[in-house]
Amino acid sequence: MLTQEFIQEKLTAKFGADVSNFKDNYGILTFDANAAINLKVMNYLIEEKELDFSWLNDVTAIHYPDNVGAELAVVYLFQNMKAATRIRMKCYIDLAKPDIFTATSIHESANWQEREAYDFYGVNFIGHPNLIRIMNVDEMDYFPLRKEFPLEDQSRTDKDDQMFGRN
Amino acid sequence: MSITQQHISLPEGSLGKQTTTLNLGPTHPATHGVFQNILEMDGERIVSAVPTVGYIHRAFEKLAERRPYNQITPITDRLNYCSSPINNMGWHMTVEKLAGIKIPKRVEYMRIIIMELSRIADHLVCNSVIGVDTGATAGFFYVFEKREDIYDIFEEICGSRLTTNIGRIGGLERNFSDRAWNLINGFLDSFPIVMKEFETLLNRNRIFMERTMGVGGISAERALQYGFTGPNLRAAGIDYDVRVNHPYSSYEDFDFKVPVGTTGDVYDRFLVRNGEIWESLSIIRQAIEKIQPLDPSVYHADVPDFYLPEKEDVYNKMEALIYHFKIIMGEMNIPVGEVYHAVEGGNGELGFYLISDGGRTPYRLHFRRPCFIYYQAYPEIIQGCMLSDAVVTMSSMNLIAGELDA
Repeated sequence: MLTQEFIQEKLTAKFGADVSNFKDNYGILTFDANAAINLKVMNYLIEEKELDFSWLNDVTAIHYPDNVGAELAVVYLFQNMKAATRIRMKCYIDLAKPDIFTATSIHESANWQEREAYDFYGVNFIGHPNLIRIMNVDEMDYFPLRKEFPLEDQSRTDKDDQMFGRN
Repeated sequence: MSITQQHISLPEGSLGKQTTTLNLGPTHPATHGVFQNILEMDGERIVSAVPTVGYIHRAFEKLAERRPYNQITPITDRLNYCSSPINNMGWHMTVEKLAGIKIPKRVEYMRIIIMELSRIADHLVCNSVIGVDTGATAGFFYVFEKREDIYDIFEEICGSRLTTNIGRIGGLERNFSDRAWNLINGFLDSFPIVMKEFETLLNRNRIFMERTMGVGGISAERALQYGFTGPNLRAAGIDYDVRVNHPYSSYEDFDFKVPVGTTGDVYDRFLVRNGEIWESLSIIRQAIEKIQPLDPSVYHADVPDFYLPEKEDVYNKMEALIYHFKIIMGEMNIPVGEVYHAVEGGNGELGFYLISDGGRTPYRLHFRRPCFIYYQAYPEIIQGCMLSDAVVTMSSMNLIAGELDA
């Protein structure tokens, strides 16, 4: 039985302090990994037969502007097909130097998804075979999903947060 | 006079090369939407293909960051617009999972009826279009009549046909009317005859088999590597179905088979989809049976914080007016957290990765779009094929431009 405790034990035994912040998010074990060893963790998840998270379900990125020094998170969702279990790995990287190793050598499906993460957030996947924009035009010189491009109309006053008991 | 003497500037190496560059798309009728492929052809064989995506990119993930939760449903409509209700339900279930809303059984079964109907509609479009691309138009016109019947049911349930915006967070916006039940039952009676005939038209049709068998095949290992899901993965021989492996909306109460293929070629995909249509019909029948003993007045969960009150109460009761105002202004008490919920869409695992910071809009919403992920395999699949095979392969992969480009 592939329990979350077992996965956590296995990972901490192998990587120690490089994996941290284990949390159960509605049935999916989520943890942070040091961005420098993202491929090592991925390989371990495949090669360790008791874990067998050999299927990459999803790759995306998130921008946390308040998290200074680690503003961008690259998020991977792995899946063990037989046990029908999913785990999520987050690697935080610096916005000023958004480098992380590409997963394309391990999982072919990461190719376009990493291109999308680059297109939206400017994550620089080192070693990616074709890291160009995928959704937006090639001439675009900014990364539109970053939080510095707010969509909410900043001049609106009718949505006063205090009116709704928020501060 | 040789070509170089005419002072025509040609791309480097284009005079010496033995292959022809062919631009398939973006608005070519054979491409089923806005897809472009720059093909390198050796005679009629494809040497390589470079797909371009993003022609109808609408930045849904960014748009979702300013919309209140109940206003994101119309965005999901426009992902896979051949089976919008599945996307709508998937979104509602994601928010319900985050907010911890428990949905009554009857509503879950009603949702399953809607989702399976739209799965049938989705598969009908895809399979009949494979027929069109191999030169058999009759089946297409024949089953599209039945697809219209499904859209009539949607119209009766929610008021619209294609982009349905069906249901709400916490349940459905209204109960199924008697006419809706009659339409569903009528469909269950009349559709199997049409489906049987559609299968007899194509399943053992010599020309169709010649055109599709061994075309566009992919092995199970490669399919997994490329992140295939849905009927395309099952045609390659892997029985992964989100409805079975990660049950949602009480799919675990139902008894149904997961059809699988072996070679992953166009013909297997076609058969797997046909098989799934029959299973969907059986699921709908089971759902109707399971609904019978349940309280017929229940069509939403009792969650006034999330579910809009009755219009009459809004006009007459203070409480209801307050709830109505708060929900319309996007002031639902969505907890802080992150959640991933996946449903089995028409073409694969449609996932919603939602991060909430407790505000009135999602902090981040990521759609795991199945066809965006598996379309990467297209150049590899069609390498060495004829041009006409590439067209059939594309239609058999059930690519939907809206979902691909989000």
